[in-house]
Amino acid sequence: MTLMKSLLAGSALATLAAGAALADPALIYDLGGKFDKSFNEAAYTGAVRWVEETGGSYKELEMQSEAQREQALRRLAETGANPIVMTGFAFGDVLNTVAPDYPDTKFAIIDTIVDQPNVQSVVFTEAEGSYLAGVMAATASKTGTVGFVGGMDVPLIHRFECGYAQGFKAVRPDGNVLVNYIGTTAAAWNDPVKGGELAKAQKAQGADVIYAAAGGSGIGVLQAAADEGILSVGVDSNQNHLHPGQVLTSMVKRVDNAVFDAFSAGADLETGVKLMNLAAAGVAVAIDDNNKALVTPEMQAAIDEAAAKITAGQIKIVDQKSGNSCAAQ
Amino acid sequence: MDFATAIQILDSAVRLMTPLLLACLAGLYSERSGVFDIGLEGKMLMAAFTSAAVAFVTGSPWLGLLAGIAGSMALSLIHGLASITFMGNQLISGVAINFLASGMTVLLGQKIFGLGGRTPSLTGGGRFGEITLPFADSLRNVPFIGPIYADLISGHTILVYVAFLCVPLTWWVLFRTRFGLRLRAVGENPASVDTAGVSVTRLRFAAIAICGILCGLAGAYLATGLSAGFVKEMTAGRGFIALAALIFAKWRPWNALFATFLFGLLEAIANRYPNLEIGPITIPSMFMNALPYILTVIILAGFVGRAIPPRAGGEPYVKER
Repeated sequence: MTLMKSLLAGSALATLAAGAALADPALIYDLGGKFDKSFNEAAYTGAVRWVEETGGSYKELEMQSEAQREQALRRLAETGANPIVMTGFAFGDVLNTVAPDYPDTKFAIIDTIVDQPNVQSVVFTEAEGSYLAGVMAATASKTGTVGFVGGMDVPLIHRFECGYAQGFKAVRPDGNVLVNYIGTTAAAWNDPVKGGELAKAQKAQGADVIYAAAGGSGIGVLQAAADEGILSVGVDSNQNHLHPGQVLTSMVKRVDNAVFDAFSAGADLETGVKLMNLAAAGVAVAIDDNNKALVTPEMQAAIDEAAAKITAGQIKIVDQKSGNSCAAQ
Repeated sequence: MDFATAIQILDSAVRLMTPLLLACLAGLYSERSGVFDIGLEGKMLMAAFTSAAVAFVTGSPWLGLLAGIAGSMALSLIHGLASITFMGNQLISGVAINFLASGMTVLLGQKIFGLGGRTPSLTGGGRFGEITLPFADSLRNVPFIGPIYADLISGHTILVYVAFLCVPLTWWVLFRTRFGLRLRAVGENPASVDTAGVSVTRLRFAAIAICGILCGLAGAYLATGLSAGFVKEMTAGRGFIALAALIFAKWRPWNALFATFLFGLLEAIANRYPNLEIGPITIPSMFMNALPYILTVIILAGFVGRAIPPRAGGEPYVKER
């Protein structure tokens, strides 16, 4: 028994020493999994880019269940990984208890704020990116009516909705934004059938651009929009390639940039809140070969103008995060 | 609300009710034979996955449909084995099937396609297309009947028409054939069927096999008809709404048609009007979405006639010695 104990302790020390010497960064993916075509995959892309540019190596871990969160965090911290990046607001509570135990390790959490001295909280201004998507939708719309399909009816998604509506109204004050949410439970993220049906209902009411901020349900929205011959707007990752020429743009959250920056900073990671806004290229509307033909010069000009005004602080977007109601609705 | 809007809502209701109707009829066969089946959700999910996966690989929705039926049937047989052959608890077996399907689909999907449990999107010929019935376009301009025929009745995928044909067929099988009589009897009083020299086990297995086929159709319709591919947990509780519809319909095929149509219509209205305003009252879509369950509870409580399940339902049949 004692032999076993000392062996274990010895091996633990050995790994600790090895880990401390290398100080590799680590990345923990949330339950959606590494290849979710969206949020977690964006984090993975950032890590891969860092490896390609620096030739370094990193540790990664995919969550399989809720119960693993704390264990995974502690294990990575004990192996000496630094910094440790985790995706998703669900890590918030766990990190709050774990971070004080490892004062020498830096943590970065995406999408929520954890108030600890060794934590960097990365938050995105979804409303700004959605504002630009709204500007594009308003320019592209022929009918003057556009749609928004949200996933779960939660404050995070209201930020997308509100930014989009404000961007749209800025260009077409007399236009109409139709708003639907898939549901009020977590099942709302994975119901492409209902997403498609909502898109069809919005099309029937005259919408010709539909913005889907609905995770897996959004795939159904984009599909129905393509079937009906109208435009759609994707979210989180660049989804323009799903239906080339029929997805107007995607409001991308540059989670990959956040991960890349955190990895690059290494142990010198700046703690506190890191705001990934338009100015910091944290959010953007994706324009690539798949949707280039849809973006007219006037639209590009409108986007650039709106982006410049947001960056300069001339346009104030109501962010529902602070509890304000959406003025544009 | 004008006429065109009404047609659009009804059209949407028809699309939304189809998976419910198929699953409801599936449950009807199973429960009429005395095997409670709360695994409808899991079977639909498995069928949705297998049909989408096979339709993607082969490019044929028909092969996908067959695979969907096979996937659903496999789970049906597990349910039968557990609850008929080994006389296990039917509810526990059903719950197990739901969990099994929920986990297996994502596991297999990740293993095969590596897209986090999703299947790749089906394009063009990989999905069931919408069928335009004859004369639909030429009749469109006829007042009243034209739009109903061209926009409401025409323009659905083949599985929608199959689902609607299943209703009279089910009625005929259950109430006009010897098999149907025995099926109903085995759900009410299996001992008497056994006394008459008919195998209870065989009848019940036949019923759950039919249940498997219908759930397979429902799942395939979700993945290859309504959407283009599988997304994890994409059935989103439709199997449970179908069960509610089955109780609402008091285990009768024609009632099942009306119950699922009502549920589909409620969802379509909620989709069209997130905040429905009737005079001074505003009804939120959450209420409309909860209404099927509320109605079912009201029916179960006996306010609108009693819903009496098949008497031998839930009981494994043990031959007396």
